[in-house]
Amino acid sequence: MILAVASGKGGTGKTTVAVNLASVYGAPVQLVDCDVEEPNSHLFFRGTVTERETFAIPVPHVDESLCDGCGECGRFCRYSAIVSFGSNPIVFPEMCHGCGGCMEVCPRKAISEVDKRIGEIESTRLEKITLIQGRLDIGAAMAPPLIRAVKARLQEGLPAILDAPPGTSCPVITTLRGADLVVLVTEPTPFGLHDLKLAVEMVRELRIPFGVVVNRMGIGDNRVHAFCAKVGITILLEIPDDRRIAESCSRGELVVDALPEYRSLFATLLWNIRELRGMEMGVSNVRSAN
Amino acid sequence: MSGARIEELVVISGKGGTGKTSLTASFAVLAALSGSAVIADCDVDAADLHLVLAPRVLERHGFKSGHEALIRNEDCAGCGMCREYCRFDAIGMVREANGIPTFAVDPISCEGCGVCVRLCPVKAIDFPDRVCGEWMVSDTRCGPMVHARLGLAAENSGKLVSIVRREARRIAEEKGKGVIIVDGPPGIGCPVISSLTGASQVLVVTEPSVSGEHDLERVLALSKHFSIPAAVCVNKWDINPEMAERIEKMACGAGARVAGRIRYDSAVTTAQLRELAVVETDAPSAEDMRRVWINLAR
Repeated sequence: MILAVASGKGGTGKTTVAVNLASVYGAPVQLVDCDVEEPNSHLFFRGTVTERETFAIPVPHVDESLCDGCGECGRFCRYSAIVSFGSNPIVFPEMCHGCGGCMEVCPRKAISEVDKRIGEIESTRLEKITLIQGRLDIGAAMAPPLIRAVKARLQEGLPAILDAPPGTSCPVITTLRGADLVVLVTEPTPFGLHDLKLAVEMVRELRIPFGVVVNRMGIGDNRVHAFCAKVGITILLEIPDDRRIAESCSRGELVVDALPEYRSLFATLLWNIRELRGMEMGVSNVRSAN
Repeated sequence: MSGARIEELVVISGKGGTGKTSLTASFAVLAALSGSAVIADCDVDAADLHLVLAPRVLERHGFKSGHEALIRNEDCAGCGMCREYCRFDAIGMVREANGIPTFAVDPISCEGCGVCVRLCPVKAIDFPDRVCGEWMVSDTRCGPMVHARLGLAAENSGKLVSIVRREARRIAEEKGKGVIIVDGPPGIGCPVISSLTGASQVLVVTEPSVSGEHDLERVLALSKHFSIPAAVCVNKWDINPEMAERIEKMACGAGARVAGRIRYDSAVTTAQLRELAVVETDAPSAEDMRRVWINLAR
């Protein structure tokens, strides 16, 4: 099962849920940090990086001896990543999406592709957890290609927990594609509810089954619960607003280690996730049988 | 263009959920005391500032960005060249009727590059404009506000951020407002870069945790990369006082200045429930926020 932990709003506890869930998983599991702009999962584990590789995307390179300055590449490019004013074109690699179009349309075949580094991927092997994370270089704008590369490191057949970036735009979509189930983490506040609604719309569009974790129960009000009840969303877990949780997270400690009384809470979450997954598979079996 | 200098303060955080929006709303209220600010919500992906400032929308504009490939089934010859050349895995084979396959574009994966449109040998692919969201000009109790909503799974949030900032600047010039307060997105990628390039100052709101520290380091490197002066404020500092101190030292070492600390205060959530900025209530942390605002103006 590939499980993604996401949220509309940032700072609701995605990473807390992902890392603690991974440590109560029991069986070997891959923990994948897809928040490549600000990867945080590794801060909760002590281990040495076993593999590190740089990641690059293809960007155009113009052979000036072949280019006649016709400008076709610049007219084609939708991202203003290659510009030509009747002379040799100028490439802006940070704008390039790597579509390869300029290379295809160049009548003199003067364009080839070279690698431009945008980040790196690290793997760390812990006792039962394999942590895989991407880290976008400072100043690089394009997270999705790196996220795709991180996910390509997933070993098939082994369960995985994906820690998604916040929001609902391209980096999140790239993370969620192919996931079997999404856990949306929110908090019972007006901001939490508003961003949860956006996230729900997103996972529905992607047609991935999902449930909700309400973190910091006790602050705010009951509008998140009312919303979930009204539209039929399963609440998988409530995590109480306990200052000791915030303190242990601030020190980079797993909640299940620092506060062992919460171990059963995360075990319950895992149980509820498996149950929801079982129900969804049952439903889809019925659907496909019909 | 008016000759007066406009100060543009961008509030960002690296890590999400550190209290950016609550602080920005309070700044908007404080700036309104002198009637000088325009507010811009550049967290177009998950905009929340409107939940506190209750804008009355005056203008609404569609945000069109780029194009979307659409295959006309009736003209498709089924050669599959589009799928072969698409770098974004956005083209799938849908069905095979009488041995001839049909292809379809997944609008969520399509990045609108136009390669398939150009290469299709029978010109069976249309390339219409894509509507990616909307942006609005509104009026609030704190002055004019520009905000936006990015469509679901839409691309190009950076471009929408640029539009919001451009409009805010236009209004500031038109109405002679001296300050633009920008609520920025989390992260360090494309929408963040669009939010801060060319700004007068960034304020990074962080929290005293290993995650807050890690993300602050990266976001400060980003503001340095774009040569924007940075200030740092540790929110909920008393959750971990040693970490707060360590973070402030690190920030100073990275060339940022410390704009103050804000205490952990459950009344921040209470204010949010009442749709009020923290400084409009008697929350204890309101005093801390006022002090940060004064320090930023120095």
